[in-house]
Amino acid sequence: MNDLLNQIRLVGEWLTSSAQWHGDDGIPHRLAEHLTYSGLSLLFATLIGLAFGLLVGHTGRGAFAVATVANLARAIPTFGLVVLVVTLAGLSTAPVLVALVALAVPPILINTFEGVRGVDPDARDAAKGMGMTGWEVLLKVEVPMALPLILLGLRVAAIQVVATATVAAYPGLGGLGRYIVDGLSRNDYQLVIGGSAVVVALALVVQALFTALRRAVVSPGLRPAAAKS
Amino acid sequence: MSDGEPLVRWAWIGDHVGELAHYTGVHLRLGLLPVLFGLIISVPLGMLCHRYRWVYPPTLTAANVLYSIPSLALFMIFVRYTGLTERTVMIPLTLYTLSVLIPNVVDGLASVPDPVRQAATAMGFSSVRRVVQVELPIAVPVVVAGVRVAAVSSISLVAVGQLIGQGGLGYYITRGLQLDFPTPIITATVLIMLLALVTDALLVLTQRLLTPWARGKGAKA
Repeated sequence: MNDLLNQIRLVGEWLTSSAQWHGDDGIPHRLAEHLTYSGLSLLFATLIGLAFGLLVGHTGRGAFAVATVANLARAIPTFGLVVLVVTLAGLSTAPVLVALVALAVPPILINTFEGVRGVDPDARDAAKGMGMTGWEVLLKVEVPMALPLILLGLRVAAIQVVATATVAAYPGLGGLGRYIVDGLSRNDYQLVIGGSAVVVALALVVQALFTALRRAVVSPGLRPAAAKS
Repeated sequence: MSDGEPLVRWAWIGDHVGELAHYTGVHLRLGLLPVLFGLIISVPLGMLCHRYRWVYPPTLTAANVLYSIPSLALFMIFVRYTGLTERTVMIPLTLYTLSVLIPNVVDGLASVPDPVRQAATAMGFSSVRRVVQVELPIAVPVVVAGVRVAAVSSISLVAVGQLIGQGGLGYYITRGLQLDFPTPIITATVLIMLLALVTDALLVLTQRLLTPWARGKGAKA
């Protein structure tokens, strides 16, 4: 217990020292780098995952391929991929994005696809019967009904990306992982635990944002189903 | 990568077969024991959540919050208590598996048809015997689906543990970067994927063996 308080005190001291808030090694700059990597990868992954997930879910074609690709992609060790891409292509942002996108696509793709496929066929038939075109069925019926699952996929992807972007510091890129990697190599425990605390806080903020987003955009009629996920 | 270096030096792999096998073993231990521990924790906890519904939301929230803590950060927090040891990698990985396994145990138990439950009760099964002999076997496909996800992600996360010196095949990833030598990185990455996929296939097989009644009906797992 004493030790826990001690750790909290260490983190507090680190967070409140003014050196932490200025310059290239300051928290604002590292946080900005971290958010840039994570945000861009998530954006690309969302475009890819949503497009394919909606297409396959709506048409019902290629379901097996989607499941196989997503399963394979989940087995890729992101740490290995980040380091590999940096070794092969040199140090820059683009290689890291490739690895993070590969990490984030599977949960988005699978959940979008499962969400659309799981839409009640009666609802779909009713929409068609009302004269909706394929696009209208997709946008007005399937997407809203699949939204809880789609958001769950996005949340899982976002959290994994924010968590894994720390690994990018190892081969020499910026982001919040720098504190952990530098702290480890300098044997500076305060730096390690301080950096970890910032990363944990960021992950919790992301989690909270998605909870709020779900409240805001999911139709009230779907709430009981949404509560299950 | 220096010029003229081939993408993969096959001779290197040949020279390191013994060492690679050793690290593969370590990797499997670090990746799969947490799934086993996770299962040992999740089954009773999931049964409890199924029986007393009010336990479920707080348990699930706690597991989700743990899951959202980045692995690297969680390893670091445990370093203080468990040192630079394998436990420091396995405890966080165990905690991660809970966020997948608990919901799947609960959903699996919820998938047991009510008439089945009533029939077992009418046949004089005690509630413990009913859970063990009837409900859990029926829940197996849903539980195994969760175990598959947990095992595959656990195996690929182990490599991150190399940052505290305990990463199984992750050893070759950091080594390759230090030497600017892609062969070990590629070898390790491919081996990790293979381990994940083979484990996944074995789990599917296990499920088929555990649920003989589902065979022929086209089990949907």
